[in-house]
Amino acid sequence: MEVTGAQALVRSLECQGVDVVFGLPGGAILPAYDPLRSSTLRHVLVRHEQGAGHAAEGYAWATGRVGVCLVTSGPGATNLVTALADAYMDSVPMVAITGQVPTAMIGTDAFQESDITGITGPVTKHNELVTSAERIPAAIAEAFHIASSGRPGPVLVDLPKDILQAQFTWSWPPVLDLPGYRVPGPPDPALVRQAAELLHQARRPVLYVGGGVVKSDSHEALRELAEVAQAPVTTTLMARGAFPDAHPLALGMPGMHGMYAAVAALQECDLVVALGARFDDRVTGRLADFAPKAKVVHVDIDPAEIGKNRAADVAIVGDLRTVLADLAEAMRALVTGRGPAKTADWVATTAGWKRSYPLRYTQASDGPLKPQYVVERLSALTGGEAIVVAGVGQHQMHAAQHYSFTKPRGWINSGGLGTMGFAVPAAMGAQLGRPGELVVAVDGDGCFQMTAQELATCAIEGLPIKVLIFNNGFLGMVRQWQELFYEERYSEVHLGREIPDYVKLAEAYGCVGLRCESPGDVDAVLEKALAVTDVPVVVDFRTHDAEGVFPMVPAGHANDDIVLGPEFTAAEQQAAARKEVIA
Amino acid sequence: MTTHTLSVLVENKPGVLAHVAALFSRRAFNITSLSVGPTSDERVSRMTIVVDGACTPVDQVHKQLEKLVRVLKVVELEQDAAVERELALIKVRVDPALRAELLDVAAAFRANVVDLDPRTLVLEAVCSPGKLDALLGQLERHGTCELVRTGLIAIGRGSETITDEDQAQREARADATPVPA
Repeated sequence: MEVTGAQALVRSLECQGVDVVFGLPGGAILPAYDPLRSSTLRHVLVRHEQGAGHAAEGYAWATGRVGVCLVTSGPGATNLVTALADAYMDSVPMVAITGQVPTAMIGTDAFQESDITGITGPVTKHNELVTSAERIPAAIAEAFHIASSGRPGPVLVDLPKDILQAQFTWSWPPVLDLPGYRVPGPPDPALVRQAAELLHQARRPVLYVGGGVVKSDSHEALRELAEVAQAPVTTTLMARGAFPDAHPLALGMPGMHGMYAAVAALQECDLVVALGARFDDRVTGRLADFAPKAKVVHVDIDPAEIGKNRAADVAIVGDLRTVLADLAEAMRALVTGRGPAKTADWVATTAGWKRSYPLRYTQASDGPLKPQYVVERLSALTGGEAIVVAGVGQHQMHAAQHYSFTKPRGWINSGGLGTMGFAVPAAMGAQLGRPGELVVAVDGDGCFQMTAQELATCAIEGLPIKVLIFNNGFLGMVRQWQELFYEERYSEVHLGREIPDYVKLAEAYGCVGLRCESPGDVDAVLEKALAVTDVPVVVDFRTHDAEGVFPMVPAGHANDDIVLGPEFTAAEQQAAARKEVIA
Repeated sequence: MTTHTLSVLVENKPGVLAHVAALFSRRAFNITSLSVGPTSDERVSRMTIVVDGACTPVDQVHKQLEKLVRVLKVVELEQDAAVERELALIKVRVDPALRAELLDVAAAFRANVVDLDPRTLVLEAVCSPGKLDALLGQLERHGTCELVRTGLIAIGRGSETITDEDQAQREARADATPVPA
């Protein structure tokens, strides 16, 4: 059967099982938009291509499936770059399809031409400029395979306009030709046994859980392993929800704004078991002083992560889906054969740290509204069951710290790249991937204004996301750094609270707009927002502008230098530095 | 300077060199030289990359290169176990008084005269990197006015070839066979 390249593209996407495509048409991609009219694919017309990219990411985070976006050449493609870089840093499976000027015009500075494969090389797992229509089915199938297998990531397929218009004979499935693409096989059983031995011998083990556990859907095996090994668990910013925060072995988030117990446990442990985590600088602090007494077991699907930042004593390259199950089984065998792990003292110590140095803030009933309080009330009112999406900054840290996560794929944020403006479009993508579920974007006023235009898309598509703006009138995280490290010399961080009027803005976009200024109103306003099920809701929470995020490890410092913050006394801070249990 | 020599087999497709170059730039890897050419299999090109080991972790270079989809195989060639050669074309000023001496130097390094002019000559030298540096040192006093080097190429000694498949590779390939929907 004869088809055009454009028809082949749409059919290939259908054959891949794609249900939603986020996109925005333009000149070079026009041929693809014609067959889209009669396709089963749902196309979501975004207002800016960056929104399409982050929506595809949000969809992928929420569902585990590949997120897809479709844009035109030149500026359409360059507007995607931030989202691709974001997906690359956070290993989000995504396929981006870009139009390109006709092959004969490539290199001539044609209208809306950009070398998007050249531009995105360093921020994609793979990309390809397709040069024949016959190649389209295989290029699309390969893109989906590469994006979703191994360590996931974004793949870009660039399609010149003449290729989309050319005719050829359709056939499916195509033969994938990827002789250089390797995916790790099953783990070496000897290494798994070695890792289990180390874990069984350890007296002070910590499971350092990264985003890989969420991506491989191996949270159940993680829980088994933690319980059999009686090992405390830290979940990084990328892994919030991989282990329930209410579990007695849960220490919460490690790192620069991590919980004291998680940070201290990693510093004092004798064994770190890194599971799909990459020893990121925001977790390790000064690398040379990270977990100084610990041996390291490192499990990752990407061989290049092993030994990149921290040498491993036992390194296992493989998919956590199998490795974690194998490790739990090996551990159970050791416990059965040789008796339970001897970690009771250590578990008691870490629990003591949790009690002694909890997250602390003060919400006066008539005082300024604290962002932590809003997150806590959201957590209580949703039972930890909402899909929470965050931008980047103080609100993101407050959400990661104070929301009590109960399950994986309930937390979506921009971790590695730190992309302000991520939340609204990512929430849109998450809502499309998980219709009927509650999706709440916790956003800052600075972040919100970078991608707020996607509220129009959400309203028109009937996506009832809730956007809680923590409006402190500042670029809050930058303000906090200027306060702490530039002696309160505030430079270009004041945005102002009143412009825009977020309630009117919400209404202009066809959303419900609410405002909350005092702690006493938080529950009522949240309940009102959560009750809306047909259109998006935007809530303007007027939060305290001088509130900081604590604990904090100053950049470049060792994690032992953790600062508990103004809510703790000097005596408590000193006791914390000595790693004492005081409660 | 400690250098490492990597032989890299890549698919002979457009954009591959750009992917490799982008990787080196993205990861702040320092390279001393890079040379590319076809192999006996028209689908495959071979790159020889010399990495500055002092400021670049060669293990990371190796692993990151292997992650590129169009890269088929990466092998580090140990200096003792490989033949390493570089071709240089060197334009040297000819002082009539020193002409005989210059030709003696060329002969000692088995460098050929490939162009001759009343004032200059062009030498073609094929050497190991150390020997080439020695030749260039000798020519300095004559006045080297232009130099072009190909960058190192290298091949493993003995009967083993770079395309011999090892056990791990065969397994990896068997696991990776994808079946599209």
